[in-house]
Amino acid sequence: MSKLHTFMEKRSFALLVGILGVVSIGGMVEIAPLFYIDSTIEEVEGMRPYSPLELAGRDIYVREGCYTCHSQMIRPLRDEVERYGHYSLAAESMYDRPFQWGSKRTGPDLARVGGKYSDEWHVLHLENPQALVPASVMPPYKFLSETKLPTDRIAMHLKANQKLGVPYTDEMIEKAASDMKTQLDEFADDADGFIERYPKAVMREFDGDPDNLTEMDALVAYLQILGTLVDFSEYEAETNENQR
Amino acid sequence: MAQSRSMSLPNAHDAVFPIGVILILGFLWALMAAARGGDPTMEPHAFMMMGGFALGLAALVFGVFDNRFKFDSTEYDDNVIKAGVIATAFWGMVGMLVGLVIALQLAFPETFYFAELPWMGFGRLRPLHTSGVVFAFGGNMLIASSFYIVQRTCRTRLAGGIWPWFVFWGYQLFIVLAATGYLLGITASKEYAEPEWYVDIWLTIVWVAYLGVFMMTLVKRKEPHIYVANWFFLSFIVTIAMLHIVNNLAMPVSLLGAKSYSAFSGVQDAMTQWWYGHNAVGFFLTTGFLAMMYYFIPKRANRPIWSYKLSIVHFWTVIFIYIWAGPHHLHYTALPQWTQTLGMVFSVMLLMPSWGGMINGLMTLAGAFDKLRTDPVLRFLVVSVAFYGMATFEGPLMSIRYVNALSHYTEWTVGHVHSGALGWNGLISFGALYCMVPWLWKRKDLYSTRLVEWHFWLATIGILFYITAMWGAGIGEGLMWRKYNELGFLEHSFIETVEMKHLAYIIRALGGGLFLLGSMLMSFNLWMTIKGRGNAVPLDQVVPAEDLPDTPTLATV
Repeated sequence: MSKLHTFMEKRSFALLVGILGVVSIGGMVEIAPLFYIDSTIEEVEGMRPYSPLELAGRDIYVREGCYTCHSQMIRPLRDEVERYGHYSLAAESMYDRPFQWGSKRTGPDLARVGGKYSDEWHVLHLENPQALVPASVMPPYKFLSETKLPTDRIAMHLKANQKLGVPYTDEMIEKAASDMKTQLDEFADDADGFIERYPKAVMREFDGDPDNLTEMDALVAYLQILGTLVDFSEYEAETNENQR
Repeated sequence: MAQSRSMSLPNAHDAVFPIGVILILGFLWALMAAARGGDPTMEPHAFMMMGGFALGLAALVFGVFDNRFKFDSTEYDDNVIKAGVIATAFWGMVGMLVGLVIALQLAFPETFYFAELPWMGFGRLRPLHTSGVVFAFGGNMLIASSFYIVQRTCRTRLAGGIWPWFVFWGYQLFIVLAATGYLLGITASKEYAEPEWYVDIWLTIVWVAYLGVFMMTLVKRKEPHIYVANWFFLSFIVTIAMLHIVNNLAMPVSLLGAKSYSAFSGVQDAMTQWWYGHNAVGFFLTTGFLAMMYYFIPKRANRPIWSYKLSIVHFWTVIFIYIWAGPHHLHYTALPQWTQTLGMVFSVMLLMPSWGGMINGLMTLAGAFDKLRTDPVLRFLVVSVAFYGMATFEGPLMSIRYVNALSHYTEWTVGHVHSGALGWNGLISFGALYCMVPWLWKRKDLYSTRLVEWHFWLATIGILFYITAMWGAGIGEGLMWRKYNELGFLEHSFIETVEMKHLAYIIRALGGGLFLLGSMLMSFNLWMTIKGRGNAVPLDQVVPAEDLPDTPTLATV
């Protein structure tokens, strides 16, 4: 052993190779199997890729660093399940690139915030959190209501996801820009087609300003879908393939 | 000797061509992104990169024509280290100041948030703080000290001519792009790996150059053995390269735009991220800084390392075990349980090699413990190792599933990180800077030892305020979240836990403020030392013995 080390510490490339070998093992054992063990992601009904507006909202969520204070991962602990809802499944973030599980709860978990509050509540709260929750330490996001959301590049965003394996169809990519506007109007011409492409999507004028498509629309659309896609009446936690 | 001097000249110019090519390609790419990228968020970044690359090219041309790149291969390359020392002190203050700002935002949101300034939101400033202190302050410290130590312990000049300067300035450009990116809303949102894909590629180029300089310096060393500090530096450089490349794999939306989507999704992305994230701590903030411990403590205390065997054992075990510890960031999440359990087991085992390193550092003072009373610089170095021991005990404790159920998502984690970051990384960096500046600028002593004393106590008291406040806040909110009343309902709403932490947030900001104040004193002290004031008499000046300041004794400090 000491002979081996005497050898290594006199040869810089042997030392380099030795270090690389030693530090590679842990990652190979812990990460690589997650890509091929089937039970890593549960079998569920209802997961679908984000609609273009939701994806744009998610990008805003990422951009503003919401993950620095809000987790999206409910742990299977009694108090968390009672406070936030059913514990999070791996399947629920299968289209999340990057994941937004977070590591800190300066604010509450948002994994199932969808449908909990009205759109108006979200808009008022995002614009001035302390107006609704006086003790809140959250920053104001009024500028989201004032920033128009461009639609010209969204198809490229869907396309990048498609290249990575997210099941966006070519039709979804083609209609991405118009789908952003369609989601704001449940009486739009293509409303039926839209809801077929993105089942369970919430179709509303989110920020109450029908003339403008704003970043606020996108962010609220994203928040309102969070944690609502999986059909838990169909989910059997005790079955073998869901035991992890 | 004369021959080796003349040979060193073309050697320095060898690097001009590849560096020039890199800068020209970078400039052209940035130009295209600015002119026809079509991505409005990218534009300011594209102009910044054009400016950075153009400055680099101008410096290169000027250097060649003015014949600035010649050097004496028998001398150490200290100028790039001097630049690194100044950058370290500067970025340290910037990173800590941003930390103080976001601490104040949580303590007084009404005062420190501005609805009309999107870039002042906590979510954009927090990555600026973490990257500022970890990568700008810590990273510059690591590059500067590794360049310093590898030359002295190999008794040879840095390899690569002007490549070390490419590493230094390339790294500063990375810092500026990362920092301004967060403010502009350009982020990949992976903690401690937030920069977007093109900034990641730039860092990869700089990092490969760094590895090249370090390795080739080892190769041409004049000592038969590679000194222990260099094993640690090498493991830090190589492993960070591996982690950085894998964790940042992503698909850009456009080759001329800022946004990208991660190559992994959901559970695999989470595991890859925390494999990276935990080992950014393990290799950036631990092995790299242990290398400093292995050089500066023996040097300053004038004692050999306590145990050579222990250094071998704890080096290989620490780098082997650390890599496995990532999943403890994902306890009770949707990550499969087997991975969580592996992460926990290895995290607990990690206590032993960590404490092996601590013991080796502390025991190096055997027979010289009295110096702690008179030399505040040595005290910085040694107390940092004590904080290292404390943080590496707390870490394994928090990685146990049942403890983690309480501590995860709370301020306890923030407190734990800062006992390591302020106590270990901060204090050892300050100690190393106080050592290096007089040695590099050839001064008899620091400008003022008294100021070092002030700095030491401000920093230590600041840390204590910080971590005790975060223990109270973190354990408190963790218990409140899970508290039930006698009727079987949850006792507290979420906002009640936020209100409870108000006082702790104020104390934390106070502690951080004291720590920042200490760093400012240090910067002033180092600056006056460089200028040769006070006790920092330039050693090349002939000064009569009676005019030299007294060596500080207990009575004078």
